[in-house]
Amino acid sequence: MAKVLMKGNEAIGAAAIKAGCKHFFGYPITPQNELPEFMSRELPKIGGAFVQAESEVAAINMIYGAAGTGARVMTSSSSPGLALKQEGISYAAGAELPCVIVNISRGGPGLGGIQPSQADYYMTTRGGGNGDYRHPVYAPATLQEAVDLTMEAFDVADYYRTPVIVLGDGMIGQMMEPVEFKEATKRELPAKEWATTGTEGKRKPNIINSLALDPAELEKHNIKLDNRYKEIIEKEVRHEMYKMEDAEVVLVAYGTTSRIVKNAIDALQEEGIKVGLIRPITLWPFPEKAFLDIPETTKAILTVEMSMGQMIDDVKIANEGRLPIHFYGRAGGMIPAPEEIINKVKEILGGVK
Amino acid sequence: MTEKVILAGFGGQGVMSMGQLLTYAGMIENKQVSWLPSYGPEMRGGTANCAVIVSKSPVGSPIITTDATAALVLNLPSLLKFEDSIVANGNLLINSSLIEEKAKRSDLNAYYIPANDIANEIGNSRVANMVMLGAYLELTKVVSVDSVIEALKKVFGPDKQHLVPLNKEALDRGAAAVK
Repeated sequence: MAKVLMKGNEAIGAAAIKAGCKHFFGYPITPQNELPEFMSRELPKIGGAFVQAESEVAAINMIYGAAGTGARVMTSSSSPGLALKQEGISYAAGAELPCVIVNISRGGPGLGGIQPSQADYYMTTRGGGNGDYRHPVYAPATLQEAVDLTMEAFDVADYYRTPVIVLGDGMIGQMMEPVEFKEATKRELPAKEWATTGTEGKRKPNIINSLALDPAELEKHNIKLDNRYKEIIEKEVRHEMYKMEDAEVVLVAYGTTSRIVKNAIDALQEEGIKVGLIRPITLWPFPEKAFLDIPETTKAILTVEMSMGQMIDDVKIANEGRLPIHFYGRAGGMIPAPEEIINKVKEILGGVK
Repeated sequence: MTEKVILAGFGGQGVMSMGQLLTYAGMIENKQVSWLPSYGPEMRGGTANCAVIVSKSPVGSPIITTDATAALVLNLPSLLKFEDSIVANGNLLINSSLIEEKAKRSDLNAYYIPANDIANEIGNSRVANMVMLGAYLELTKVVSVDSVIEALKKVFGPDKQHLVPLNKEALDRGAAAVK
């Protein structure tokens, strides 16, 4: 199929429909409004349903209900809206419900601003909901990747029976780039025998539930979920290595920030300064093993984020104390310029003051 | 070759669609492209702007800070805001119908295009943006006028094809203004 020029929010919506998403529940918030707008226009055409809920809390609980029937469902919001959805995400994780949740994030805390930010790393990778749960988090850096990962997210959600988050930011949502909707390589997905589709009097009713009052039963459930998370860690980690050969400094950045960092790396390489990039594509599971492939030439790691420093915690875990770790971040919707990153690298290397 | 261009003006002057057409035309020519809009409160009644990158190699950051190869400014606030974003020897295209001020920097190629006057001459003030775009294409040849027209036909859809000749004329008159 030919490339089309689309806005990020619309491209994510189109990818979801291409992946078989039939139902969308959401509540408006900038900078992701084009996504529900697109779904409200397109889903009725394919016999699906778009519901603008009365709140984010209602929307995520509609997701719980619709996912329980085995349909492919999506909701989207931006940072403060995602905070409101956390309880529902925990319930969906507990009840093993596949769903895809998009966060086109903005500055915080609180209502914050509307410009791009990566300050939701903790919320999306640690979970703002209660209990022992994790879920995959995809962080696209380009619109093509946003399309590909959104389609992948639906398969991963179904395969592991888990909520999956696609984490972009205002820039990913608002910008336009050419995208191509490729036929995804399909996974072998198990039939949804657990779904509440009506017994027709032929089987015992399926029950979707996250309440388990017997501690022994709940522990068994926790162990089952944990085994699934271990399998996700084993099989679903994704990352990109960029110009890592002989790197003196290895930068770590994801999403929007990784694109700016690549510009900085290219400029530094032109000056003869060897720097590389580890770009996590899944934030959970975090690409810890990639840090074992850091070359011996590397003297330091520099984490760059549009936050005051959140992913740096995972970088520290992955680094296991081997190399000194530095941080450069802009927050509140401010976007780091390549020159700022270049100067930080030079400062680390003890060069230009 | 990488063109990094800022297009800026009042909301309603068509700077967003002018940027999208340029981006679309780049895509038609199999170039790497990105379009990044300003969004938020500044769009309401204030200035609107977008950043377009057209390149032969993959686009890294879609943000343009101080490395614009060109800026097309349709009103005074845009000139004040973006003159310093252009690299030395870059192109600054000023809509002289609405901007009396001259460029402050002497290390730029400044062009003064009476875009609204030209648009009015050909019968529709709303194509001032296309006059500016035509001038920019003549100076940089970043994409062909034909590609922009092809993009325009797709964006307009079947109901608005009658507007294509007017836009073509606006592009041509813009080009003539900097020849």
